[in-house]
Amino acid sequence: MTDSSLSKNTTGRRPPPPTERIPVLRWIKENLAQTPFNMLVTAICLVVLFYALPSFLEWGVIDATFFATDHTVCREATGACWAVIGEKHRPMLFGVYPYEEHWRLLTAVIIYISAVIMTMIPLFWKYRILVPVWLFTLASTLTLMWGGVLGMPQVDNSQWGGLPLTLILFSGTLVIGFPLAIVLALGRRSTMPAVKAVSVVFIESLRGVPLITILFVAVNVFPLFLPQGLEFDKLLRVMVGMAIFFACYQAEVIRGGLQAISRGQYEAAEALGLGYWQTMTRIILPQALRISLPGIVNHIIAAFKNTSFVLIIGLFDMLTATTAVMQDPEWRRFTIEAYLCVGFIYFCFCFALSKYSQLVERWLGEGKKF
Amino acid sequence: MNTGAESSMSQQEDGELAIELIDVNKWYGDFQALCDVNVSIGRGERVVVCGPSGSGKSTMIRCINRLEHHQRGKIIVDGIELTDNLKNIEAVRSEVGMVFQSFNLFPHMRVIDNLTLAPMLVRKMPKSDAEALAMQYLERVQIPEQAYKYPGQLSGGQQQRVAIARSLCMQPRVMLFDEPTSALDPEMIKEVLDVMVELAEDGMTMVVVTHEMGFAKTVADKMIFMDKGEIVEIAPPDVFFTTPESERTKTFLNQILTH
Repeated sequence: MTDSSLSKNTTGRRPPPPTERIPVLRWIKENLAQTPFNMLVTAICLVVLFYALPSFLEWGVIDATFFATDHTVCREATGACWAVIGEKHRPMLFGVYPYEEHWRLLTAVIIYISAVIMTMIPLFWKYRILVPVWLFTLASTLTLMWGGVLGMPQVDNSQWGGLPLTLILFSGTLVIGFPLAIVLALGRRSTMPAVKAVSVVFIESLRGVPLITILFVAVNVFPLFLPQGLEFDKLLRVMVGMAIFFACYQAEVIRGGLQAISRGQYEAAEALGLGYWQTMTRIILPQALRISLPGIVNHIIAAFKNTSFVLIIGLFDMLTATTAVMQDPEWRRFTIEAYLCVGFIYFCFCFALSKYSQLVERWLGEGKKF
Repeated sequence: MNTGAESSMSQQEDGELAIELIDVNKWYGDFQALCDVNVSIGRGERVVVCGPSGSGKSTMIRCINRLEHHQRGKIIVDGIELTDNLKNIEAVRSEVGMVFQSFNLFPHMRVIDNLTLAPMLVRKMPKSDAEALAMQYLERVQIPEQAYKYPGQLSGGQQQRVAIARSLCMQPRVMLFDEPTSALDPEMIKEVLDVMVELAEDGMTMVVVTHEMGFAKTVADKMIFMDKGEIVEIAPPDVFFTTPESERTKTFLNQILTH
């Protein structure tokens, strides 16, 4: 580590190494046709592309209907019917929320996504900016969705659905689940036997159960144990269920990062007189989270897609809402197009997440070499 | 400083002793790492501990700030006895600085943040004061220009000097050095030893585990030779290097001085 940083410093004044230009043919030879096996794979891929691409383009673009006021137009065309999205996008995105109130959800989603984007930019990483931003975001989005004030009719959260519900479940899972994951990971490495035992049992028992079971228990079984009259909101219960599931997996990922930190880091912190929580929050966790970032993002992306499991307990997230909308007999045969569209929206969110995590990894790694 | 430390110090009659080990014993499983160790180190005294590897010298100084706990005997640092009492341990640790063989800088923080962290968190020092203090000590170890770099960008010798400055920022009364130059390339050893010599000249109480016998001859007031968990010999350096009493010391000195 020391040697490489030294050589980097001393080579600063020498001319840079010559840039290598790779001719196209050499690139093809090296990357596509280096061995007979590679040639075979390349050939197979080319054949598949040759047959699949034109017919997909024909179906999806050339013969497709993009705008139609009536489903009969689509039925006459041989290609895809993208018009179904124009026709059905509102119930797909917003579920069973009252139609004329959809502007409230749209505004809420825009406010929320803007806040998320702000949070992702290091320029705004200051308490005095982010705390007010998120307080405003929470207050405004919840007010918009609940209504009941400022002349907006109240909409019960059993009617929430579509993209906003997906985002609420996802954010709730992260906000509750991530701190829980850290506590569980630290607990499992604790020297206190009771804390350790509780963490191990919690993680191992809940990790071995399918998410669907946890959601089912949270919604249908958990209320049976509550005293009469005491009731938690269904949406909240679902969120906590998902968060616990998320936390059990994430805790193990974080524990992997914790194990990579050398004993010397703990000792140096102890020798300086730092307490347990000071050592963890300032020294150990920042390094451990950085190390386990790829795994962490993996589970965050999984958590985003897991929100679609709420269909089994009767909540209409984006995917379930689409399924429900496509029961419409007039548009039924164009379900594939609708699902492709929903798939694309999921992809955009997940892809943005993974790209962003790569950026964060770069920022955190700059000049630090650990 | 710490009020708890002061009150227990005033109860102590012998205020001149910085560190006292009385019949200290430590086991790792069945292996006895320390065996009836008795040492007293006065204020301002410089002690160099040497001995073959596995002789318990690192274990002994790690016991002094409780990175390891001893199972029998008494360790008194600055008038505070080290027991399981967390308050006492914290009080001792904030008075005792430690420098490790592998530097153990915090790689995710800039040098300046490495230095200001403990004064701000443990001593509750305001940020500006802590930074001023940090720069003062960085100048003392002669690398103020590296303040805003990350440890990974420094050479080994520079990293170890940062580590020394980091300990000094807590303004300790005692400094422990656990083989501070063993992980360094030969050309960097001198820059670290120079800093340590300067520190010794300022009157800091120091306990140094090292194989650098030249350094020992220059700064030590007292040499301790350990073998197999026991203290074999304690002597002033002039006696220790010329007329050691024990056979084991003679063999050891022969081995390391004539290689």
